[in-house]
Amino acid sequence: MSTNVQKFPNQFPIPVEPRFPAHSGSPGARVGPVSIGHSGRSVSPEIAKVGLSDICLSYRTQSGERLLALDHINLQVRAGEFVCIVGPSGCGKSTLLHLIAGLHQQTAGQVLVDGKPVQGPGTDRIMIFQEHSLFPWLTVGQNVEFGMKMKGIPRAERVERARYYLRLVHLAKFEKSYIHQLSGGMRQRVAIARALATEPDVLLMDEPFAALDAQTRDLLHDELERIWSDTGRTIIFVTHNVREAVRLGDRVVLLTFRPGRVKSEFPVELPRPRHLEDPTVARTAREILDELREEINRSLEAEYKDGVKHRITIGVGGRSQV
Amino acid sequence: MKRAARYIIFYSALFGLWTLLAELKIWPPYLFPTPWGVGQALYAGFQDHTYLIAIRVSMQRVLIGYGISVILGMILGLGVASNKFLEETMGGLLVSLQSLPSICWWPLALLWFGLNQNAILFVVIMGSLLSVTLAMEDGRKQMPKIFSQAGRNLGAKGFKLFWYVLLPASLPFIVSGLKQGWAFAWRSLITAEMLYLSLGLGQVLMMGRDLNDMSAVIAVMILIIAIGYIVDGVVFKGMEHRLQNKWGLAPAT
Repeated sequence: MSTNVQKFPNQFPIPVEPRFPAHSGSPGARVGPVSIGHSGRSVSPEIAKVGLSDICLSYRTQSGERLLALDHINLQVRAGEFVCIVGPSGCGKSTLLHLIAGLHQQTAGQVLVDGKPVQGPGTDRIMIFQEHSLFPWLTVGQNVEFGMKMKGIPRAERVERARYYLRLVHLAKFEKSYIHQLSGGMRQRVAIARALATEPDVLLMDEPFAALDAQTRDLLHDELERIWSDTGRTIIFVTHNVREAVRLGDRVVLLTFRPGRVKSEFPVELPRPRHLEDPTVARTAREILDELREEINRSLEAEYKDGVKHRITIGVGGRSQV
Repeated sequence: MKRAARYIIFYSALFGLWTLLAELKIWPPYLFPTPWGVGQALYAGFQDHTYLIAIRVSMQRVLIGYGISVILGMILGLGVASNKFLEETMGGLLVSLQSLPSICWWPLALLWFGLNQNAILFVVIMGSLLSVTLAMEDGRKQMPKIFSQAGRNLGAKGFKLFWYVLLPASLPFIVSGLKQGWAFAWRSLITAEMLYLSLGLGQVLMMGRDLNDMSAVIAVMILIIAIGYIVDGVVFKGMEHRLQNKWGLAPAT
């Protein structure tokens, strides 16, 4: 394990002590989150909350060739850190989250959480998907309770805690509503509440705001930042929107296009709260975007080539069968 | 209200035509009974408890048989949907078996179980199992993958994953299959009961035939239709309605 510790990338941002006094002083702190939160658990700075060491993932395409999706990804995320992963579509950034969540298995390398290898899904790492992940057959409240129910927490406590988290995302009034009655932004807030309710150490957010309109997204950025600073969770946030990444992250990690590699990391040391329209945010985003553009161009080229190649392989396949 | 008016017009016309044909006495009354005759037969049947007993026996059988079908069908369907080998091998077999009328199992059922209730149950199960299986398989495939991912992510696995996530998530896709399974179960039951002295509705119907009492036959036919309709209208329509409310699906018209 100590070898993993050596693998810290150089760009690792400086502050090591937790940025936020986890929980203490947050309103309603008596309910659940405080007792199980981070405050009691001092993670030594050498052991990352989430550590990815030499993660590789390859799979076989339908035409039978082996495709390398992720290539030796190394990344260390500190407890309480907000890391954004950006990259062109097809760079495997969502897949990376699935690996951390334990929903998929990497081909090689290790995902470590608190220094222990991930064996499968666990409620210490909860995913927030882009959309449509809430259960439409349950009410808002029951959705938020779901993780606790799976853990076998008694009903009364579940209900109380679900209410607490719904208040946190300002949806207390909608406890009894069904999902289809909510707007897109409200749904994502329920998803956040549902994720927080299982009291995960790590939130894995897979382009959670990509399907929302700009105003709603702005609001949710503020809300997420507030929740993050109140609860002290570790957040790994995947997006293709560089400015969003700079707006939210302590650090922005840039992945290359196919195979996904860590191209570079940008510590973002702008003061919080930030705003999407801040010139400083825009300037930092521009820097990152310049590097990202190369990858986007590669992805577009590949897409074009893929289209052409696809036609050719069909032709060849047809002939070889004769 | 317009709808109610249409119903009234249609059914009174039907009723009038029936009365007219019966009153014309083209066929003798024991071959073509009047509506009053059927009404009397219905009254008499309920009066001496024959129909109540028959309905109870038949409902009991269909509930047991259909219940077993649903449980088995869900397991089978889920297995076929989540296993490539099973899908390729058993999938085709299931579809082709679907074309076999369930009563074709009757001779085998008699040999295997003897002339008793179990033989009838077997036919009922064979009648509805395939519908449920195919519906479940289809539902499992149509169900958005993200639900099972989200469920596993939130700590559901094994039976809990099935019960709290996979099953409710696929329900909108399987409800029509469940309904079809019910209809098949009900039909198979009546058919099987007609072939064997069994106290059920099917036997009461055959009794009417043996006594050359067509009023009684038609009375039982009406009962069979009515029960099928009520179950469909109350149980399945209610289920569909609830699903639509929760999921926000457009009501099926």
